[in-house]
Amino acid sequence: MQRIRLRYTKRGRLRFTSHRDFQRAFERALRRAEVPMAYSAGFTPHPKVSYANAAPTGTGSEAEYLEIQLAETRDPAVLRALLDESLPDGLDITDAVEAHTSSFADRLQASVWELRLEGVELADAEKAVAAFMAAEEVEVQRRTKNGMRTFDARGAVTRLEALPAPADRPGDGACAILRLVVRHLTPAVRPDDVLSGLRATADLAPPVPAAVTRLAQGLLDEESGTVTDPLAPDRDAAPAPPTAAGPSAAQQVPEGSA
Amino acid sequence: MPVESVESVFPRLEALLPHVQKPIQYVGGELNSTVKPWDECDVRWALMYPDAYEVGLPNQGVMILYEVLNEREGVLAERTYSVWPDLEELMREHKVPQFTVDSHRPVGAFDVFGLSFSTELGYTNMLTALDLAGIPMESKDRGIDDPVVLAGGHAAFNPEPIADFIDCAVIGDGEQAVLEITDIIRAWKAEGRPGGRDELLLRLAKTGGVYVPRFYDVEYLPDGRIARVVPNRSGVPWRVSKHTVMDLDEWPYPKQPLVPLAETVHERMSVEIFRGCTRGCRFCQAGMITRPVRERSITGIGEMVDKGLKATGFEEVGLLSLSSADHTEIGDIAKGLADRYEEDKIGLSLPSTRVDAFNVDLANELTRNGRRSGLTFAPEGGSERMRKVINKMVSEEDLIRTVSTAYGNGWRQVKLYFMCGLPTETDEDVLQIGDMAVNVIAKGREVSKSNDIRCTVSIGGFVPKPHTPFQWAPQLSAEETDARLEKLRDKIRGDKKYGRSIGFRYHDGKPGIIEGLLSRGDRRVGAVIRAVYEDGGRFDGWREHFSYDRWMKCAEQTLPEQGVDVPWYTTRERTYEEVLPWDHLDSGLDKDWLWEDWQDALDETEVEDCRWTPCFDCGVCPQMDTSIQIGPTGKKLLPLSVVK
Repeated sequence: MQRIRLRYTKRGRLRFTSHRDFQRAFERALRRAEVPMAYSAGFTPHPKVSYANAAPTGTGSEAEYLEIQLAETRDPAVLRALLDESLPDGLDITDAVEAHTSSFADRLQASVWELRLEGVELADAEKAVAAFMAAEEVEVQRRTKNGMRTFDARGAVTRLEALPAPADRPGDGACAILRLVVRHLTPAVRPDDVLSGLRATADLAPPVPAAVTRLAQGLLDEESGTVTDPLAPDRDAAPAPPTAAGPSAAQQVPEGSA
Repeated sequence: MPVESVESVFPRLEALLPHVQKPIQYVGGELNSTVKPWDECDVRWALMYPDAYEVGLPNQGVMILYEVLNEREGVLAERTYSVWPDLEELMREHKVPQFTVDSHRPVGAFDVFGLSFSTELGYTNMLTALDLAGIPMESKDRGIDDPVVLAGGHAAFNPEPIADFIDCAVIGDGEQAVLEITDIIRAWKAEGRPGGRDELLLRLAKTGGVYVPRFYDVEYLPDGRIARVVPNRSGVPWRVSKHTVMDLDEWPYPKQPLVPLAETVHERMSVEIFRGCTRGCRFCQAGMITRPVRERSITGIGEMVDKGLKATGFEEVGLLSLSSADHTEIGDIAKGLADRYEEDKIGLSLPSTRVDAFNVDLANELTRNGRRSGLTFAPEGGSERMRKVINKMVSEEDLIRTVSTAYGNGWRQVKLYFMCGLPTETDEDVLQIGDMAVNVIAKGREVSKSNDIRCTVSIGGFVPKPHTPFQWAPQLSAEETDARLEKLRDKIRGDKKYGRSIGFRYHDGKPGIIEGLLSRGDRRVGAVIRAVYEDGGRFDGWREHFSYDRWMKCAEQTLPEQGVDVPWYTTRERTYEEVLPWDHLDSGLDKDWLWEDWQDALDETEVEDCRWTPCFDCGVCPQMDTSIQIGPTGKKLLPLSVVK
């Protein structure tokens, strides 16, 4: 049974796809692309797909992940291209790696988010960021299924910075970019919770809803505050391609040291 | 990207989407959707199904026309649906117009705004869309740059209640009609739009296949009835004909069914296996107005299913028609498809199955690759007498035989549909529904040797419809409908031995009265629709949005000054002489034949199906120059080349 891990995106207008919507779209894409899926046993067999940590509806993402199990072996690169072709534009499959490691979900420790704040001056954003980062704790509220919930939005944020908007962006007027690294904790702290925190600590109130995009997910490097590619361990653990003349020296080193 | 002459409203809409429920329904981008360059097309259609996206997207009619139009060079079609009140409010506040989901262009910028009405309950949603689009609500106030507002679908067979709001209506099959209309618009535009909007509508009306209400004057008698409907322009025909597509195999649409990202009511690959029905059920408007029966061939169906599944990835195939088990080769179709998709876990469904056409081999083929859900049948009338009145020629013996086969073959659940309020019906006729359910359960327990079986009785109120033998019939009042249904409920609940195995679902009689008002209404009912819209009426097909009190209040404000009221339109029986509001719309049915069939109903006389017996002169085939097209062809499903 081959397992393949895929990285996919939610871009542009398709960021309004909910996770359930994505699941249906993906399973249909599997059928169209005639992927030889493994099915669960039981009365109504389902193709074996596990999804990890989906971004909220309305949030764009460059780094969503899922894993599929196949009944027959396939080349991950070919499969990636086939599936990408089969999905609507905006839901794009950007990476595919055969699984060679366990506990993939545990490697999704943190996310890098980018928030575009139209109508916000960079200086105001910088001031708010400084106030937020200086605080020990920032209490925010969010409406959940079980009513209003109050929790700390500061602790999960390991990095937060304000940047100028790129020169080539559409439209004019003020615009600031926030980039932040957030640890996946319980309760989960979402980008809008950080925005609520910025409003609470520094009265930062963007006039239009922020455009939010997840840029990366993976292991958190505490020292640099960066997030590393969660598929890298599978790539590293992959056996050398059989077509090559022989394992190169470079590939032998990590294997020997492992 | 080249700058186009009509801008997308998406950037403005996008800012509103984070604040509304299920925003995905407004963004488009569905698999198999089409976006054509605006400035390279000279005739542009906005197609609307006037209900929520989740209901409208799977609509086959819209999907077919969308594809037929987009396949034409120089023509584009985009789709629009009703927005929910949360977005409507934001759109009004931020001045975002009604938009198409394909490329988010304002509906007001199109040449044609075509609406498909499966039901009259979409009328208020049309007014919302017109207003949001910035198109004047009434035809008389529109200018040369406003789209032509065109109604189609089954409800358009009596478009009189919306005559003030639409510019024209087309009755019957749309595939060829939309192309003919496109050609007329293209020519008129190419000539520099001579004579303005009036000339364009006149050209459409003169074809004899497009109804333009403004070219007909309605004269009334002192007692409120219609005296006559007269064309007020030369060259406009006295009666407007319905359109009929012959040879369905030449129209294999949709070829590329839309696959939504949002969840919708039907998520399957639907293939229309035939159009029309001549079973002759007297209450059934669809069966009357879609004659004659035209089958798609078994090979045509096989090809559509194959291509459609490849294009969509759906897991279920729906074989649609008004009575799918009546296809002359249904057995071979079901077996062939079940064989072909055995390994792919593709389920088959047959939404409309007659009791007398059911057989267990067919049912087994249908459930082979999927789940065995419940079986549904529609005896419609509880008593033998009632079924003779409505010409639903199914005997209780047929039903008991069918359900006992089903229970004996492992089915555990049977659903039965009935109507309440049929002409000549008494309490006793309705109470017999309870007896029938009891007999079904008793037989089921006997053959299955189990008490774990169920029968669900589902009842809707009967609404008399135009172009049927019951178009003259009095509708039962809401109060009497409710009283009758309560008696039946008490009878079923009171049955100690069988009651707990019988489920009972019914709708109260009030929505049926409003549907009745809109179905058999005339132009005077337009004022009620407008008043309801202005009072906030929306989404009348939805229980949680429909308000009977609002409709009645608005009717009382607008109808009495015209000398009529709601009972006049609903519970009043019409006579032979009366000019009916839709008489000038020709469905092909001979009015005298309909009247005779109405008299036969009152005499409890049945009429056979003309597919298997000689013609009964309903009038459709000679009037419309059409004929019955049925198999069997004797061919096999499809010579499939399985290369993987």
